[in-house]
Amino acid sequence: MARVTTVDDVTVIATESLSKRFPRVTALDRLSVAVGPGVTGLVGANGAGKSTLIKILLGLSPASEGRAEVLGLDVATKGPAIRERVGYMPEHDCLPPDVSATEFVVHMARMSGLPPTAARERTADTLRHVGLYEERYRPIGGYSTGMKQRVKLAQALVHDPQLVFLDEPTNGLDPVGRDEMLGLIRRIHTDFGISVLVTSHLLGELERTCDHVIVVDGGKLLRSSSTTDFTQITTTLAIEVTDTDDHPDGTRAVRDALHARGVDTHDNSGLPGAGHILLLTAPGEETYDLVRDVVAELGLGLVRMEQRRHHIAEVFRDSDEQRKEAVGHGG
Amino acid sequence: MAVEQPTPAPVPVQGDQTRIHNIGYRSYDGPRLGRAYATRSLYSQSLRGAYGLGRSAKSKVLPMLLFVVMCVPAAIMIAVTVATKLKDLPVDYTRYAIFLQAVISLYIASQAPQAVSRDLRFKTVPLYFSRPIETADYVRAKYAALASALFVLTATPLLVLYVGALLAKLDFADQTTAFAQGLVSVTLLSLLFAGIGLVIASMTPRRGFGIAAVIAVMTISYGAVSTLQAIAYTQDATGSVPWIGLFSPVTLIDGLQTAFLGASSSFPGGVGPGHGEGAVYVLVVLGLIAACYGLLMRRYRKVGL
Ligand SMILES: Nc1ncnc2c1ncn2[C@@H]1O[C@H](COP(=O)(O)OP(=O)(O)OP(=O)(O)O)[C@@H](O)[C@H]1O
Ligand SMILES: [Mg+2]
Repeated sequence: MARVTTVDDVTVIATESLSKRFPRVTALDRLSVAVGPGVTGLVGANGAGKSTLIKILLGLSPASEGRAEVLGLDVATKGPAIRERVGYMPEHDCLPPDVSATEFVVHMARMSGLPPTAARERTADTLRHVGLYEERYRPIGGYSTGMKQRVKLAQALVHDPQLVFLDEPTNGLDPVGRDEMLGLIRRIHTDFGISVLVTSHLLGELERTCDHVIVVDGGKLLRSSSTTDFTQITTTLAIEVTDTDDHPDGTRAVRDALHARGVDTHDNSGLPGAGHILLLTAPGEETYDLVRDVVAELGLGLVRMEQRRHHIAEVFRDSDEQRKEAVGHGG
Repeated sequence: MAVEQPTPAPVPVQGDQTRIHNIGYRSYDGPRLGRAYATRSLYSQSLRGAYGLGRSAKSKVLPMLLFVVMCVPAAIMIAVTVATKLKDLPVDYTRYAIFLQAVISLYIASQAPQAVSRDLRFKTVPLYFSRPIETADYVRAKYAALASALFVLTATPLLVLYVGALLAKLDFADQTTAFAQGLVSVTLLSLLFAGIGLVIASMTPRRGFGIAAVIAVMTISYGAVSTLQAIAYTQDATGSVPWIGLFSPVTLIDGLQTAFLGASSSFPGGVGPGHGEGAVYVLVVLGLIAACYGLLMRRYRKVGL
């Protein structure tokens, strides 16, 4: 699933020292990133410059300085050609309440240049793909937030673009709706073959969905790397086991067994319950299996095994530290 | 902003939590017809919308009603002409729209806001501009659609009159010339009224404000100008009557057609502009149409995303 960026990869989006200055704020500050095919997350706090970047990439807002290309087309001169090949889902509400999803998406398909019959067929297909069935004939005004988000997504996909920009698609959704939306976003790439640039202010949710994550803060690039790298520094696996007669200190037994297999652990001494919870860093898929096997072999009960996600702020700090460590190694 | 607390998350279940929609994705390899087609589609959707077509039953009521109100007097006049064997139509083609100006104003006040305010209010505009069409395409499509809708509203009764006049065996050449002059007049009227209506409506995303503002501009200006003209006429300042007429959309059209389209003036005492003053009328009408277009372009460039 993880896509490692190599020089051979086709570049879908490339920016070079891209800046956008408004009279009072610098929304983007010499941003240089390269994005390959797949699902890419653009993470940043409110005001980080995510939406501003998307507007520039659509060729709708001129950059103050620097350049950018989308699908190999210069945003400054090839805006219409770019907009024919990409889809856009805005962060704000954009749906008229008095028309049905079908009517609305058909109209938007025609606005993308699809002939009338194709517009109707693609609308029916796309609405099904995003999970809107009977309700698509009812006026949008009566939809739930989750359904509205699906209509917004459908209008971005209806013309079968090569790339979509999704600006905060999980905004306002409850946990279930959020997971469904993230699953859909994943499928946009895996099943539909469309590359995705998706923004969020939550790193955690994008980690699971994206192949690559770009973190921006105050318009500056903080980090751009594939999510496997991220997982390594951001996830910690917490394990808690029962004690048995054979192993009066279950935690220690597991720790020793893991050490014997070359997995480092550390306990969070100082915290309540310290000593009972074992923390592992850098778990991959195999780590889960390993822990499960080890615990089973020892005949212990697994009370909990959970991933602890770090907040985005911690990532910033970690990456700062990494950068300091990397001083002298260049870049 | 950051609450530094490890967030417990369940062991990730790789794969889809989404309902699996068991239909394979089909990509689209058909034609993409581009900007011009998209602009035409927006034009026809907006034109139909101006008569409530493709919208709720409720939104059809007012435009259709006004359309009928525009046509009924023409039908009655034809009936009278045929029945009483009149030698001429009871009303000039050019005079018809002036005679029913209140109905036209009401129509533009109700339909200009629906043409543009909805997209602004529900923030649909960014969706248009994230597609190949440009600001100018959007503005042209909306302007052309509303002007066409007004043309349908004002030219249809003229057509009724013309067909009726021919059925009543009135002079063919006379009728055709007068009908053509009437069409030129309502074309200019449609462009002017649509421009003014759209500029006002695009200022506010609130439909109610838009309706009130358009009615106010149309009827108050007409009322004020007519009153001033009447005063000027009774005060023996007849020379200023045509100049005052430059300040309302209805009297602008009235003056222009008096000067160049063989119309009889509805100004007090029939004191319409002559050719010299008429030239100013033409310049003002064309200038206003161009200014409306320019203002709309400026407005939508600012809306952006
Ligand atoms: N048209 C504008 N005029 C002036 N300032 C602007 C404009 N658009 C954006 N900004 C400013 O630029 C900065 C970046 O805004 P942007 O909308 O790109 O952030 P964002 O990352 O999308 O944030 P959010 O998570 O809130 O959507 C903000 O400080 C914002 O106030
Ligand atoms: Mg934003």
